[in-house]
Amino acid sequence: MQFEPVIGLEVHCQLATNSKLFCGCATTFGADANHQVCEVCLGMPGTLPVLNKAAVDFAIKLALAVGGKVSEYSVFARKQYFYPDLPKGYQITQFDQPYCEGGTVQVDQETKVELIRIHIEEDAGKNIHAREASHIDYNRAGMPLAEIVSKPVIRSAAEAAAYLRSLRSLVRHIGISDGNLEEGSFRCDANVSIKPLGSPVLGTRCEIKNLNSFRNVERAINFEIERQRDLITNGSKVVQQTLLFDADSGRTAPMRSKEESHDYRYFPEPDLPLLHITQARIDRIKAELPELPLAMATRFAAQYGLPEQDAQLLTQDKDVAAYFERSVLACGGSVASKIVANWVIGEVVPAAGQNNWDMRQPVIDHSSLADLLKLLGVGTISSKIAKSVFEEMIKTGDKPEHIVNRLGLVQVSDESAIAEIVEQVINGNPDQVAQYLAGKDKVLGFFVGQIMRVSKGKMNPGLVNSILIKKLDERRDGK
Amino acid sequence: MTNIAAFQPYQFSANEISKRVRSGDLKIRDLSEFYLTRTQQLASRLNSHIYHHIQPIELQIQALEKRLLDREHLPMAGVPVLIKDNICTHDMPTTCASKMLENFRPTYDAYVVERLRRAGAIIFGKTNLDEFAMGSSSENSSFGPTLNPWDLTRVPGGSSGGSAAAVAADLAPVALGSDTGGSIRQPASFCGVYGLKPTYGAVSRYGLVSYASSLDQIGSFARDVVDIALVHEVIAGHDPRDSTSRKNMASSIHNDLLNAKPDLKGLRIGLVRELFSSGLEETIDSAIKVAAKILQSLGAEIYDVSIPSLKYSVSSYYLIATAEASANLARYDGIRYGHRTKEQVTSLKELYKKSRQEGFGQEVKQRIMLGTFALSSGYYDAYYGKASQARRLISSEFNKALEEVDILLSPVAPTTAFKLGEKTSDPLTMYLGDICTLGVNLAGLPALSVPCGWDKNNLPIGMQLIGRPLSEKQLLTTAKAYEYVVGSSLKRQPAL
Repeated sequence: MQFEPVIGLEVHCQLATNSKLFCGCATTFGADANHQVCEVCLGMPGTLPVLNKAAVDFAIKLALAVGGKVSEYSVFARKQYFYPDLPKGYQITQFDQPYCEGGTVQVDQETKVELIRIHIEEDAGKNIHAREASHIDYNRAGMPLAEIVSKPVIRSAAEAAAYLRSLRSLVRHIGISDGNLEEGSFRCDANVSIKPLGSPVLGTRCEIKNLNSFRNVERAINFEIERQRDLITNGSKVVQQTLLFDADSGRTAPMRSKEESHDYRYFPEPDLPLLHITQARIDRIKAELPELPLAMATRFAAQYGLPEQDAQLLTQDKDVAAYFERSVLACGGSVASKIVANWVIGEVVPAAGQNNWDMRQPVIDHSSLADLLKLLGVGTISSKIAKSVFEEMIKTGDKPEHIVNRLGLVQVSDESAIAEIVEQVINGNPDQVAQYLAGKDKVLGFFVGQIMRVSKGKMNPGLVNSILIKKLDERRDGK
Repeated sequence: MTNIAAFQPYQFSANEISKRVRSGDLKIRDLSEFYLTRTQQLASRLNSHIYHHIQPIELQIQALEKRLLDREHLPMAGVPVLIKDNICTHDMPTTCASKMLENFRPTYDAYVVERLRRAGAIIFGKTNLDEFAMGSSSENSSFGPTLNPWDLTRVPGGSSGGSAAAVAADLAPVALGSDTGGSIRQPASFCGVYGLKPTYGAVSRYGLVSYASSLDQIGSFARDVVDIALVHEVIAGHDPRDSTSRKNMASSIHNDLLNAKPDLKGLRIGLVRELFSSGLEETIDSAIKVAAKILQSLGAEIYDVSIPSLKYSVSSYYLIATAEASANLARYDGIRYGHRTKEQVTSLKELYKKSRQEGFGQEVKQRIMLGTFALSSGYYDAYYGKASQARRLISSEFNKALEEVDILLSPVAPTTAFKLGEKTSDPLTMYLGDICTLGVNLAGLPALSVPCGWDKNNLPIGMQLIGRPLSEKQLLTTAKAYEYVVGSSLKRQPAL
């Protein structure tokens, strides 16, 4: 039998506010354990929550970016369960009346994923299990989260990963989250089931937790699809349960089975009034909403004449997109936008990744890149030289002109100087000349390589080519 | 200069003390000395105090003496105030009369404590209560029951019994309590003092250890109605740390009250028919009818008012309050603070179970279980859902009645103070005793318990004045006018 998977994702996205959701504690990542806590987020007796307005603004921004319906009134609720990392014995979240319903995340021009809802909630602390004892770090307790719940409309692991990439790109783009998977500010649980191809009836689903990279999302879902398919083809049944993905073995395994059959005993949080979101507030935030990634990609393709793929790559990160636009502007029309795009995608972004640059203030800023590309554009240096100059810029922080002059890298475009070297190389390699004359065009590459080696890459490659061919053809004509 | 050697208990109101301290006529140190001695003599007999030590008082006196010299505005200068032990104080433990928090010392002051200190009051000790404010007799305390100063074989009411008994015995002129279903008004009535439960949200709950968040409200006890006004003025007001706290509070109540004429002309008062029905002691019924006559003689018009849905108030209250309590008390798990079992445990679950089993008393466990059940999946709609519906109905009927009249009048409790142990074996009878007070909390209204007579056993009787939201001033003005006619309750003193 043919099966098709049905996948729904729940994403916990940490809102990048300066303080926690219900108290004034800082939200800086990596602080010493239990140094960003107060009596409120520790759930000390007598304390009360006060809702962080900025977190709600961020959440509204997210709702607007996905075109969700923002409720005028929504309700916070207590979700009750006992766990040491949960200081109050309940989590303040939203249950039957979330602040946002519906919405869609555009994955690419063709694909979109519809959402069920988004709600605001507080994070729990973190248990750290050592050999002798367990410790708890409450720095994370009370961090503001938006939980984004997709409809079960995703059909493959690859599509799930693509959706997550788009969503992460979106939240970073609109500046509401770092979207950092390693630091846990963007976490994902996947609900996976399979059903006979074309069947309207959904199968039993399993929830997979602990998916901390896009790659693991794909691996875990694929593993789970296979696992369920095997179960069904062997005549067994899928049991609804919560699974943990183990990245080392690449397998999913059931969580503590007893603790998942929770009755969370939700009820409205009496310490907080209804969350009232006015139209004026929505309008204000709408006006602040930046251009969204997909719209930006469409514009980039049209405005800069870029292939769609380049446009998408450039707009995945808003800082990269801004860097690209500033670079094009700084080049002042003397360099083709496509060349700038190639450099940003092929050189700057990888270098930023390797060297941990903040793309808002990269070591090679847009004007330095433009200076370099202008040298390339007017033919002062070849693109091969440009790459070594780029490396040198990273190493020394020097300006491209200085590097080119200091290392004598100016491209030789003097035809007589080029002709002299070409003549030398031709004379030094009679065998290859003979091969060329016998019709083997491939040896041209050999000659170019030799010429570049002798000239240390400084010869203008266009001129080298034309002069080389001219000289060789002269030999054929017997001159 | 006030001669401290001639200083008598029940001599001065908080208002008078503050005035004399500010004028330099009364030394804070002398006054404290007097109350310290009196507390040492009587607190243990009444078991009204959970914490009383000289050291934090001494520190407060030193700070206060300096502030007096600096001529700071101190509306409660030198006034000793007792605090119910479910309100957080940074310099004294806060136990909630529970083994669970036996050694718990908060890191901060509750908003009300902060306000009292700023006004120049001295936090004089922490008073006994029913564990986590759950009870109507102050018998459910891990520190033992508090006794009624008018009859030591009887309960002082609850849950704020320690505060009520201490004020009745003049171990302080004023005290704070908390009222979730009558926990200020009923003990005030049993002990013959005034007790105000303010409008929900009028006083910040920040630092009040939550029992039922949507019903809890901090209020005050005093033997003088002007003192209630004084304390209310100090502790009421918007607090950004409590999202349910209200804005736009009335001020200058107590000054207006001092000068108020005993004239209630045009005031419409409604007797709540449902609260004068069967089960009400005869003497209470007649005492309140007499009080109504007196109010009428001052110009008030008396009406008969009906709030039929009050019959749902006991069941609605005990579902909502216990549901909220079951969540509010989940944090006491032995992990971060509070009682943790000393027994060897092999799992986290066992640690939770043992710590909570040992830390909580019987009544608290009972209410947690009730509330947990009321919120359980499959039962939510039938219990918590229905109770919330009933609550809305009660609230709307109260508001409707308060459109027809300005103030509602009723007994505070169907009986006067009962004997220790009399009701402990029968929680349902105990719960039914709260019939007159619960509706007010469900509707979030302000209500004042006013001493209004004595039964055949010489036990105090109280009447309840219920007003519209934020009408505390009107309630106090009415009580002040009544006091003008019947004489100040300051003059009555239990023989101790």
